[in-house]
Amino acid sequence: MAELLALNGITKTFAPGTVHEKKAIEDLSVTLAKGDFVTIIGSNGAGKSTLFGAIAGSFYPDAGRILLEGKDITLQPEHRRSRSIGRLFQDPLKGTAPHMTIEENLALAYLRTARRRSPLGTIRRQDREYFRERLASLGLGLEERMDSPMGLLSGGQRQAVTLLMATLTAPKLLLLDEHTAALDPATAEKVQALTQRIVAEQGITCMMITHSIPAALALGSRTLMMDRGHIVLELAGRTRSAMTVPELLELFKEKVCRELDSDRMLLG
Amino acid sequence: MSPSVLLGAVEQGLLYSLVALGLYLSYRTLDIADLTTDGTFTLGMACSAVLTVRGDPAAGLLLALGAGALAGGITALLQTKLGVQPILAGIVTMTGLYSVNLMVMGGRSNLNLLREETVFTAAETFFGPWGKLLMAGAAALAAGVLLLLFLRTQLGLSIRATGDNREMVASSIDPALTTTVGLCAANALVGLSGGLLAQYQKFADMSLGTGMVVIGLASLIIGEVVTGRRGVGHGITAAILGAVIYRIIIAAALVANVGAQNFKLVSAVIVAAAISYPTILEKLRFWKRRREAAKHG
Repeated sequence: MAELLALNGITKTFAPGTVHEKKAIEDLSVTLAKGDFVTIIGSNGAGKSTLFGAIAGSFYPDAGRILLEGKDITLQPEHRRSRSIGRLFQDPLKGTAPHMTIEENLALAYLRTARRRSPLGTIRRQDREYFRERLASLGLGLEERMDSPMGLLSGGQRQAVTLLMATLTAPKLLLLDEHTAALDPATAEKVQALTQRIVAEQGITCMMITHSIPAALALGSRTLMMDRGHIVLELAGRTRSAMTVPELLELFKEKVCRELDSDRMLLG
Repeated sequence: MSPSVLLGAVEQGLLYSLVALGLYLSYRTLDIADLTTDGTFTLGMACSAVLTVRGDPAAGLLLALGAGALAGGITALLQTKLGVQPILAGIVTMTGLYSVNLMVMGGRSNLNLLREETVFTAAETFFGPWGKLLMAGAAALAAGVLLLLFLRTQLGLSIRATGDNREMVASSIDPALTTTVGLCAANALVGLSGGLLAQYQKFADMSLGTGMVVIGLASLIIGEVVTGRRGVGHGITAAILGAVIYRIIIAAALVANVGAQNFKLVSAVIVAAAISYPTILEKLRFWKRRREAAKHG
C-alpha cells in the first residue's frame, strides 16, 4: 500500500539549555499507509501531543524529516500544511470562531481547501446545499441553525461541527487529539461514532490520541503506545485484536520496566 | 437646525463614515485598536489636497487611498513580522506620519483649496445642488457594499476569524497575512475619507486627524446602539449610520452654541463608557450580591 506519512528520526526538545528543558520526543520514526487508522496511548508527558504538533507543524523538529505523500514538509508552515492535515483538539472552543455563524465557519474551512481556491472566492448556492446536507448527516438538527453564531452551540455540537469543518474536503491526514475527552460521556460517544463513520466513509487516514485503552484497542487498525518520547509498543493485526487491557499493561511493564502511570487512563 | 445645516451634517457624516467603516474592519473585525488611523486620515487629506492644487482631484483621492493602505501595511509589518506590540506599532506609524504629512504638504501645516476644482464642485456642476450629497452618499455606499462583499470571501472570512479566534486561525490561516490585508484595507478607507473631506471642506490641516480613532469608534458605537451587533451587515450599517448621527449631533451643538469644541471629550466618554459598561455591570452585580449576602449572613 502507498505510504502516506513517514516520520524519520524526529527529535524535539522544549526550552533547551534551561532548567525547564524537556526532551519531548526523541529519534521517533513511524510510517502510516494510506487508509490507516492509528490509535495512540501513553501516560502524561509521553510525547503524544508533541508528535501531533510536529506532524501538523505547530513547531519545527530539532532533527529528523517528515514526509507527506513523499513530499518533505518538515519546514513547511503550519497553515500551509493545514490544507491537507486536519486536526481536532480536546478543547471544543479551539476549532471554531464563536461570533461567526455555523455557515460562515463551514464556508471558511471549505473555501480554504476547495479545489477552486482563491482569496476572493465565495460560497455558491450548491455549496450551501452541500453544507446543509453534511450538517444534517450529523443528526443534531444543526442544518436548521446555519445562521446561528457558533458560540451558542454546546461543546459537543461545536466539536461535531469542527469535525465536519476538518472533513468538508477530505484531508490527507486527520489528527484527533483526545477530541472527545472534554465532552460528557453520552456526547463523547456520539461524537466518537460520528468520527468513525466519517473517517470510514471518506477513507481518511487518521491518528487518534485517546486515554481509553479499550477504545484504543477497539477502534482503528493499529495501536501505538508511547512513553517518554518513544514509541515503546506497536500492535496490529491479530496480536492487536487478541490483546486485552491487563495483557497490555503487563506488556508495557515488561517493555519499560515500570508500571503504566494510569491516573488518567481508562482501563475498563 | 436649518435644512442646509442638516444637509451639510449628513454630507460630512457620509464622508466620515469611511473612517467608521475602517474601524469596523480593524477594531471590531480584527480586534486591533489601530492608532495609525489618526495619522492616516491626515495623510489622506494631504495627498488629496496637494494633487487637487495641481488640478487632479480624482488622482488625489486615489493617492489618498493608496497612501492609506501603505501606512496600514507599515503598521501591520511592525506587528506581524517585527514583534512590535499592536498598539505601539500604530503609535510608531502615526508619529512617523506626522513628519511625512508635513513633507507631503510641502512644509505647510494647512493648505487652502478655496478656488480649486474638486470632485465635489465637479459633482455640483453635473448634478446641481444635490451633487455633494450624491457624491458623499455614493462614496459611503460603495465603501459599505464593497466591504460587505469582501468580508464574505475566503480572505474576508479569514480576517474575521483572525479577530474572533486567534488560536484557531494560527493553526489554519496565516494571521500575518490576514492582519496585513485587514489593516491595509482599513487604512485605505481612512485615507480616502481624509482625502474626500479635504476636497469637501476645501482645506487640509495637519491637526484634523487628531483623535480620529476615538471619533470613529464613537460613531461606530452610536450606530450599533441603533442596529445592534448581530452580523456584518448590521455592523456596516452601524458604521455609516453612526457617523451621520455623530455629525448631526455636532451640528446641533454648534447651532445651539453649547461648545462643539468639547466634542472630543464627549467622544472619549462615549467610547470609554461603551467599552467599559459590561465590566461595570458585572462589578455592580457582584457588589449587590455581596451586600445581600452580608445582610442575610
